[in-house]
Amino acid sequence: MSDFVTQGGFAAYVWPAYGISAFALAVLGLWIVSDYRKAKAKLAALAELERPTP
Amino acid sequence: MNARKRRRIAFVASLLLGGAAAAVLVISALQDNVLYFYSPSDVYTKKVSAGTAFRIGGLVQKHSVKHDSGMKMQFVVTDGARTVPVEYSGDVPSLFREGQGVVAIGRLNEGGLFQADQVLAKHDEKYMPPEVVDALKRSGEWQKGQ
Amino acid sequence: MPSLFEFANPKKFMDLSGSLLPWLVAAAALTLGAGLLLGFTTPPDYQQGDTVRIMFVHVPAAWVAMMAYGVMTVASIFGLVNRHPLADIAARAAAPIGAVFTALGLITGSLWGRPMWGAWWVWDGRLTSFLLLLLIYLAYIALNDAIENETRAARASAVFAIVGAVNLPIIEFSVQWWTTLHQGESILRKGGPTIAPVFLWPLFLMALGYTFLFFVFWTIRIRSEILNRRSRTLLEMRAG
Repeated sequence: MSDFVTQGGFAAYVWPAYGISAFALAVLGLWIVSDYRKAKAKLAALAELERPTP
Repeated sequence: MNARKRRRIAFVASLLLGGAAAAVLVISALQDNVLYFYSPSDVYTKKVSAGTAFRIGGLVQKHSVKHDSGMKMQFVVTDGARTVPVEYSGDVPSLFREGQGVVAIGRLNEGGLFQADQVLAKHDEKYMPPEVVDALKRSGEWQKGQ
Repeated sequence: MPSLFEFANPKKFMDLSGSLLPWLVAAAALTLGAGLLLGFTTPPDYQQGDTVRIMFVHVPAAWVAMMAYGVMTVASIFGLVNRHPLADIAARAAAPIGAVFTALGLITGSLWGRPMWGAWWVWDGRLTSFLLLLLIYLAYIALNDAIENETRAARASAVFAIVGAVNLPIIEFSVQWWTTLHQGESILRKGGPTIAPVFLWPLFLMALGYTFLFFVFWTIRIRSEILNRRSRTLLEMRAG
């Protein structure tokens, strides 16, 4: 377990490399998905307005 | 395919060709500046003058590393054909060792000794676990003496 | 006979991508999970010790950064030649994703270079041409945003993307053409890879996972843009 943490003395380089990669990809993914949700909600709202009122 | 589409394809082709031509021109204008380091042979053929800052790269010749008092050290950079002696004072990267690739940044003095301000390690493109190296050494397939 | 351009119909694209997306996400999760598991159970490298594990996030990021640019270039060519709006959307959608992967390639490379080479950064041919890739992505995004008219923005940025594609072979062959601090090609070389199978497997899985991840992100961004354009059309209809 401690070998895993210390990475043979290179923990200061290995873990940031993985940490930054995971963080950046997670933020990118969340941004892309939230953009999609916004686009979907906007179109739904506009389509609702277009519907002829009874 | 109509004439309009053919014209568009010709336009795209001209963009690709134009980009490539521009790149070739820029790179050839830069010439040696694109090289990150000179080999010891380059140093001889180009007759680099003393005092000019440049980088020299090659392998650390075996049995050439000598530590003086304190942080001072000397080693020889070789490319198999020519060699250049290097003097350096400071920390070396953990990959620095005899028989390994190295890049030193500094300048030649009048006596042909390269005085380095910085030493970088250049590793090769081989990746393998220690057991494989041991096995290769046992079977005599390991060319690089360690 | 159905042609490739059938799927270029936005409606068809929405249907197809909608059913494909869950599978892409699953494939990305599976390959990344397996890659991480293998990556952290390999022995350390005989020279580089445990820093060899940085390779499993560095090389895939660099690979996807270049693949994304290739994808963007192909979409730009289709946009210019066929004048299809979906090709314009696809090219534009790839840029920010490619830029993030490029930045990750640079950052992870820097974190690998410091302990192994002894420097965070050097101006050699490989590193410099890869930094140029990031700048090209950023310039592409800026250009695309700067032009108000959708069609004209797409035309101008397609021209820029195609000319910028010349940097891809420069990155790839920089380590052969010039002396660089960055090591030479390990995988696509004569005589086969110089990476032991214990390292090659996690590298391959991570590269596959990163590739799937790119297609997931790219597909969602294309879908968002299609929805946004529908909204714009609806608004214009109301106004008109």
